[in-house]
Amino acid sequence: MSDMRLLVIEDDSEAAAYLVKAFREQGHLADHAADGLDGYARASEGDYDVLIVDRMLPKLDGLSLISSLRAQKIETPVLILSALGQVDDRVKGLRAGGDDYLPKPYAFSELLARVEALGRRKAGAGTQETLYRVADLELDRLSHKLTRAGQEIPLQPREFRLLEYLMKHAGQVVTRTMLLENVWDYHFDPQTNVIDVHISRLRSKIDKGHDTQLLHTIRGAGYMIRDGAA
Amino acid sequence: MSALAKLFRTTAFKLALVYSIVFAVAASLVVMNVGRSVRGVLEDQIGETIDADIRGLSDQYAQGGVQQVVQSIERRIRQPGGDIYLLTTFAGEPIVGNVASLPAATLSSEGLVATTYQRPGEREAKRRAMARVFVLPGNYRLLVGHDVEEVERLRKILRQALSNSLVWLVLIGAIGGLFVARRVLIRVDAMSESAAVIMRGDLSRRLPIEGSGDEIDRLAVNLNAMLARIEALLRGMKEVSDNIAHDLRTPLTRLRNNADAALRLTGDPATLHETLDRVIAEADSLMRIFDALLTIARAESGSGPKMEALDVSRVAEDVAELYEAAAEERGVAFAFAIEPGLVVRGNRELIAQTLANLLDNGLKYGTPAAAGLAPELRLIVRRDDRLVRLAVEDRGPGVPPADRDRVLDRFVRLEASRTLPGSGLGLSLAAAIARLHDGALRLEDNAPGLRAVLEIPATTSAPPRIGPQGDMTRAETG
Repeated sequence: MSDMRLLVIEDDSEAAAYLVKAFREQGHLADHAADGLDGYARASEGDYDVLIVDRMLPKLDGLSLISSLRAQKIETPVLILSALGQVDDRVKGLRAGGDDYLPKPYAFSELLARVEALGRRKAGAGTQETLYRVADLELDRLSHKLTRAGQEIPLQPREFRLLEYLMKHAGQVVTRTMLLENVWDYHFDPQTNVIDVHISRLRSKIDKGHDTQLLHTIRGAGYMIRDGAA
Repeated sequence: MSALAKLFRTTAFKLALVYSIVFAVAASLVVMNVGRSVRGVLEDQIGETIDADIRGLSDQYAQGGVQQVVQSIERRIRQPGGDIYLLTTFAGEPIVGNVASLPAATLSSEGLVATTYQRPGEREAKRRAMARVFVLPGNYRLLVGHDVEEVERLRKILRQALSNSLVWLVLIGAIGGLFVARRVLIRVDAMSESAAVIMRGDLSRRLPIEGSGDEIDRLAVNLNAMLARIEALLRGMKEVSDNIAHDLRTPLTRLRNNADAALRLTGDPATLHETLDRVIAEADSLMRIFDALLTIARAESGSGPKMEALDVSRVAEDVAELYEAAAEERGVAFAFAIEPGLVVRGNRELIAQTLANLLDNGLKYGTPAAAGLAPELRLIVRRDDRLVRLAVEDRGPGVPPADRDRVLDRFVRLEASRTLPGSGLGLSLAAAIARLHDGALRLEDNAPGLRAVLEIPATTSAPPRIGPQGDMTRAETG
């Protein structure tokens, strides 16, 4: 997915320049605001798909900026970047109206995946699909039934949630931490490759015996479910 | 500064001084008041006596004229006492009396007056008296009075007593004050001496405690507790900085070397890519170390995250489910037995992280040393009286008893495990999180293998408080 309009509100000019350049390389349009007030002004005027907001900003801090935007009924998805990575800081950030929270330092691939997930959410806002479909793979969210090429595949509850998240973000990179956060609701970083093992089990369920592989590993980033032909 | 000068500057001495002064003023007021009352009563009495005398004499006059009054006065004069009489003509010529002279104005005064007089046969000595002049019909003036020298003497005695007792009061107050001040001063001095030693850097020194349990003792006990906490925090900080210096240099050096190598690489972009990947991996591991250090520091400073009533059984099930597949993939037989519905006061994220750490360790170090043993990992959660025990057991080489406390310290890695990747922070993080939950992390012998037990007080039925170290050493079962 490309061509999103992004606003990076970050006072560290070097970090901001890096982000803007990296986002543009990925095909997105990225603007930069160097302080909270400028960021607030641009965010409330411009039509952005996702705001990337540093938590500690001059003039108007990140959390106040988000609260002000939300008070103005501006619902642009916000990803908070913060040097404060503890559990409570995350809770505060999300309570202020942020949609995602990424502690510094972060890998750009992680940030990109999360920003794209947020942008997609905006694009698909309001459409609560009950059926996810990728190629011949179909997941019925109401009956929890999974079929591939019409063949029913039994799923454990956790596998269902894992696949549901992957299919909701079909065509997008989903990182391991995104899965751990959204499927298991944990924010720490396990030393063991627990997510990879769950993914490979899921993969053997949905891809085994089929010519087209749907669940892909994106090296150095995470996973993606997509129609192999696309 | 001399001892006395020092004494003058103490609070106790100043208090003693103020109290002596207040006491002296109060005592003076009391004595003055008593004196005034006594004098008033005496004067009233004198006035009444004089009035009665005058009434008697004027009765005599009414009965027998001036002659009888003269006789009566002469008779009274002969009796000893402080009464004075003087009968004069209207012109002031004395007829009879025991007064040699007195100020002329007295005779023409009205009512009870204070005056002076001289007794016949006495030289100079002017005596003080209270007197009243009464004009008899026939224009005689009758002066009846009473000597008040005795009252004056009483006043003098009172004044003397007052000034004497004032001196004593101030003296006793000052001595008492000095005594109290000295007693307090000695103890306070001992405390500030200890404080000075502590400030010079001997943090193991403690303030003296007398054992009396008074305010100063309580203060010392509290300050000592504070010092112990500060000492522990400082020691922790020192350890961290020592260990950071030691253990972070290694990955930082690797990071730098890899970056350096990438810089000098020419040609093959695949090798360059690989080298840069290693740089990022090193950076990520450094981040993890910092994160763990931060979490430990936060947990130990007591400013941890929000605690809430938490179904710890469900957290354990979640984590078990998360790790089950990974264990199986490694060929480790993973089993879990979790008593349902156990509630503790805690933070879900941190407890899950601790369990994950312990399971990570079990997978990493739990490979059996002895041949013929199958790798095995078990998560057992059950309630043991007032504690919820979350145990992770493996069949690895375990930790020798002598090292069990040490491996909970930051960055400590046993020789045997140095070759495996890891920061050496997992167990110290788990221990810090355990302490944050008023619990403890115990390492026990799983015969063979390691049993790491996270103990957290259960909250159903009167949650007990377990000290940070909670050293009610438990028998090592298994």
